[in-house]
Amino acid sequence: MQLSNSLPKSEVINTRRRQTSASERREWLLFALLVGPNLFLFGLFTYWPLIYNTYLSFVRWDMLAPVKIWVGLGNYRFLFASPGFAKILSNTVVFTFASVLLTCALGLLIALLLNQPLAGRNAARSIVFSPVMLSGAAIGIVWIYIFDPRYGLLDIFIRFVGLRSPNWLLDTNWAMPAVIIVYVWKNVGYAVVIYLAGLQAIPRELYEAALVDGASAWARFRRVTIPGLSPVIFFLVLTTILAGFQTFDVIKVMTDGGPVDATTTLIYYLYQEGFVGFNAGRAGVAGVVLFVAMLAFTIVQMRYTERNVNYA
Amino acid sequence: MQIITISKPQVISRWAGQRNNWFAIGLGYVGMLLCLLIIGLPVYWMIIGAFKNTQEVYRIPPTWIPAEPTLANFGNAWNSAPFGRYYINTLITTIFGSTFEIFFAVTSAYAFVFLRFPKKDWLFLVLLATLMVPGQVTILPNFLTVSRLGWVNSYQGIVIPGASVAYGTFLLRQYYRTLPIEILDASRVDGSGHLRTLWAIVLPLAKPAIVSFALLSIVSKWNDFLWPLIVTNTRDMRVLPIGIYWLLVEEGTIDWGVVMAGTLFVVLPVVLVFLYAQRYIVDGIAAGAVKG
Repeated sequence: MQLSNSLPKSEVINTRRRQTSASERREWLLFALLVGPNLFLFGLFTYWPLIYNTYLSFVRWDMLAPVKIWVGLGNYRFLFASPGFAKILSNTVVFTFASVLLTCALGLLIALLLNQPLAGRNAARSIVFSPVMLSGAAIGIVWIYIFDPRYGLLDIFIRFVGLRSPNWLLDTNWAMPAVIIVYVWKNVGYAVVIYLAGLQAIPRELYEAALVDGASAWARFRRVTIPGLSPVIFFLVLTTILAGFQTFDVIKVMTDGGPVDATTTLIYYLYQEGFVGFNAGRAGVAGVVLFVAMLAFTIVQMRYTERNVNYA
Repeated sequence: MQIITISKPQVISRWAGQRNNWFAIGLGYVGMLLCLLIIGLPVYWMIIGAFKNTQEVYRIPPTWIPAEPTLANFGNAWNSAPFGRYYINTLITTIFGSTFEIFFAVTSAYAFVFLRFPKKDWLFLVLLATLMVPGQVTILPNFLTVSRLGWVNSYQGIVIPGASVAYGTFLLRQYYRTLPIEILDASRVDGSGHLRTLWAIVLPLAKPAIVSFALLSIVSKWNDFLWPLIVTNTRDMRVLPIGIYWLLVEEGTIDWGVVMAGTLFVVLPVVLVFLYAQRYIVDGIAAGAVKG
């Protein structure tokens, strides 16, 4: 009796387990069908190229010859010893640092302004944001016209204050500032939108408490706004650094990396070596340096965020 | 309730305090005006440039309002480069590119939120990590892959390498997780399968997030520059941003009026989309920062 009783029981349990695992397996299959193609394409067009690009940085190859000559660290040694590459690295740092700093600082200023109860601030927000949406190539071209030292818009203002316009894009000293101005003009609206979202996420009670305590406007900014915004600021700094490193269209259109090499950044150099100079090895090195720099910034940012950012 | 009654008068006093400060308000409007001028004037310059005739473009000092407005620049730009073809190419690559991205984002996010799979969080990180790999780093190997596939100068060559999506998956995953789970359970009881649940319940509920992401995707595909520049080398395969670049290069002695008309061809459709749907676009951008 006992035996016959226990047998069907275990059978019930067994079939139930088999059923759940069958339905689970159906879910696995569906998961694989839904996520698979997306991940496959990332494998083919992101992860594999990353590995292959690293390999290319160790060879000498003109992208046509059937054999790639292994040179080990030869490309790295050559580039890091050449003053031209040092200039490219410093251009990249200058461009990225200046554009990040200006975008984030001006963005904060504008966001604080457009967070005030001013009439028409919604329209102002849209207008400030709109250049973000526009083609970098088209914007770059419009700004060539604006920078034109004789027929350009900027010259009107420069002349108005009694100065003479530099030959912006043909002057090795002024081409980089010009490109940075365009980048900041185009992207500051992105920072504004992010800051505004962050400002709205700061609990109003914190400001009220500060007011009750008699805190000045500066103290409220310093003690409530900045800590409240810190996650957003770190997000912005990281995304603008990554975007700055990758800026290509504006530079390609406005200066073609020039004059001489005044605006040649890493990504421009990668393009130039790979698709104009057909030097896969050197382009590979540029790609590796770019990737390592971005990875380093991301890791530092993540560490720092975990430790120091105040998630209010 | 108590908290609300306490905090209310303080809110009023805060705004009242600001309202009394006329100097600060004046300064605020001056600042706002300055922002609008700095952002708006270059756009204004582009537009009026497109309506100036050749002599006026080269007048010193430049004019603020076209003295003899002309539409000739638009016709000249349209004739000096095959803009009709550029529009068709850009429409095709944008529509297909965005459709892929939206489809992958909608389905992948559903799988990550509602389906069981071993180590799926780990897989999600694999997907998310691609956000750190700039497309720029991969252009050289991808060009080699695409040329081996025989896809140079083809629509699939422009579209497929950028078809997979991490940001959209991340964004929609965030959104799906906020959906009321009871509704999903109810549909499960009904016996409707996952694909039906996705189509009939999740999609309509997640519509704002999907529209936001879709618009971001469309705009970024429309403006894409580096990859189409590399993967196409014939005139008839160029997309608009590449076309406008070549208009600038080929019009050696630049007639700014014609070039500005060309840039308007590129920019105008995006401006119209933005005017129509800016709230969604802004939401999509802000969502990544604040929730993430």
